[in-house]
Amino acid sequence: MKWIAFLSLLTFVSALAVVVVRHQNRLEFREVRAAEKLRDRLNDEWGRLQLEQATWSRHNLVEQAARQELGMITPEPTDIVVVQLEAAQ
Amino acid sequence: MIASRLPVGVANFSRGRQWFVVGILSLGMAVLLGRTFQVQILNSPRLQAEGAARQLRSIAVKPARGRIVDRNGDVLAVSTPLDAIWAHPPTLVQSVADRSRLADALGMSVNQIDNLLDRYQDREFVYLRRHLPPAEAARIERLGIAGVSSLREYGRYYPAGPITSHVLGFTDVDDRGQEGIERAFDNHLAGIEGRKRVLRDRKGRVVADIESIRPVYHGRDLQLSLDLRIQVSAQRHLAQAAHEHHAAGASAVMLDVQTGEILAMANVPDFNPNKRSDISGERFRNRSVTDVFEPGSTVKPFTLSMALASGRFSLDTPVSTSPGIHYVGGWPIRDVHDYGELTLSGVLIKSSNIGTTKIAMELAPEELYGILTKVGFGQLTGVELPGEQGGSLLKRERWRPSEHATLSYGYGLSSTPVQLARAYSVLASGGILRPVTLQRQHRPVAGQRVLSAHITRQINFLLEKVVSLQGTARRAAVPAYRVAGKTGTVHKPSPTGGYEEDRYQSLFVGFAPASAPRFVLAVMVDEPQGKHYGGEVAAPAFAGIMADALRIYGIRPDAEVGSGVTIVSHTVGKETGA
Repeated sequence: MKWIAFLSLLTFVSALAVVVVRHQNRLEFREVRAAEKLRDRLNDEWGRLQLEQATWSRHNLVEQAARQELGMITPEPTDIVVVQLEAAQ
Repeated sequence: MIASRLPVGVANFSRGRQWFVVGILSLGMAVLLGRTFQVQILNSPRLQAEGAARQLRSIAVKPARGRIVDRNGDVLAVSTPLDAIWAHPPTLVQSVADRSRLADALGMSVNQIDNLLDRYQDREFVYLRRHLPPAEAARIERLGIAGVSSLREYGRYYPAGPITSHVLGFTDVDDRGQEGIERAFDNHLAGIEGRKRVLRDRKGRVVADIESIRPVYHGRDLQLSLDLRIQVSAQRHLAQAAHEHHAAGASAVMLDVQTGEILAMANVPDFNPNKRSDISGERFRNRSVTDVFEPGSTVKPFTLSMALASGRFSLDTPVSTSPGIHYVGGWPIRDVHDYGELTLSGVLIKSSNIGTTKIAMELAPEELYGILTKVGFGQLTGVELPGEQGGSLLKRERWRPSEHATLSYGYGLSSTPVQLARAYSVLASGGILRPVTLQRQHRPVAGQRVLSAHITRQINFLLEKVVSLQGTARRAAVPAYRVAGKTGTVHKPSPTGGYEEDRYQSLFVGFAPASAPRFVLAVMVDEPQGKHYGGEVAAPAFAGIMADALRIYGIRPDAEVGSGVTIVSHTVGKETGA
């Protein structure tokens, strides 16, 4: 009889613990979700920025800027000087 | 206690009170039954719907697909968040006013929406629009129409567009890889869908996230061996060559000699992977791995390297190619001109079919078959792309003399551009065959030695002569650098057997800088009109791409005196730290 009472008490406590843990789990999940939402938003923004960067750094745009705005040219062989490094004796 | 007082109650027993109690109880019972009837039978559909509307539901959480970047980290493919608008047909069908407002917002006609709802009337879910920008989806959600809500999904965007189209492939509307790298690495890129339990309100909107059922795993990033800068150059020069010669198509593959990494793989015609209507069968084929052609003269260096390896020939062994036509087993073999007396060197530099055949006939068929197999002809390269073709190389038991002869100068076997580039990487690397890969390698790749360095040095010396004033490919020269390579001009096989008289494929494959090869590049132009020699059609594109690659990587010019490059020595003292 004593045992049954004791076990019932344990069961009851365990049941309460389940309720508490479940509640905590939900609260914390909500926190995780908030953090995840923030992460997703930042990720999304990062993705957009990457796209923007990729669009602005398109090779024909860069080349156009280099040639027309900055007046850059591809060097001819006669313009190339190779400097060989030799260690001092 | 009660038991002791019971006799008293029994004594005061009254029929009226008995009926009163029974009546009250019966009435209560009747009310309960009636309510049960009302709820369970009469109001059941409405209440079930209401209950369902506020239920806890488990919904999918879509994973974001991993990015694809090139070897320098430049973004080649990225998933951007988009929203799909979906409806719960039984709810949405109830309000005509809502549907017309929705139709306006979505830019659809009410009829279109009604048709969809009609078709999916027994379902709980129907997509109305997919891949909407999040801002637009939010605007539609704010209309607050019952039974309509949005779902996060991802759209794929390729910043380089057509330039990387064939290598990357594309994904379908559900973000699954359909072609190219997107398909080959779908498991790596896709991630794993998760599920979460949410509380929804009457309008089907998610009010609160309750718990996670299964976590979502977002896709992983993938780094390719491609170098976008060289890829841009390759695509541009191919397009120019194809346009100039009114070609049906063109391909180019560039490999890193030391690692077998693919630095560029370009094809014409291309397509814009960001425009779904552009994606049609003919354009999205990656010709660099799927289209086979007969490699023609580009095979000659391997035939001659076998001759040198046999010890029976040297670079100076004389070969007569007169009178410009030669018969093997009744099969005529022709040269462009009558080259007369040549040496083995001259045979390669002038690209004489007769000379190559005469040398090859002195070798056993096994030797010829052996060398072609060793450098990868007739075998898949192992590149990570779906649909790769291995080309064909006839088994030696079935060789007749005429086949032995034609094989020695590159007919009767077939190859893809990537196979051809790989075969030449053996020459460029001093005899090492490496697997071809599209994934960035971070450490040196071990290969298999298939030719001795002594032999490749002799052959490479000749291949450098090809790209000189006396050779067939002057136009493959890159100023300030030493370039080695070989042209090829082949007749296209006719679908009815034999060869087409006036349909050609022009080839050039080679490497630079010849003093310490870094890049191997194969260029194939399909059906050029007018000019068709590899040295005139494919070689200029080769030179353009190679020059860009050498410049981008800052490779030291290695050309001899006379190229215009100045070389000065600078002595660095110990104090400067070098």
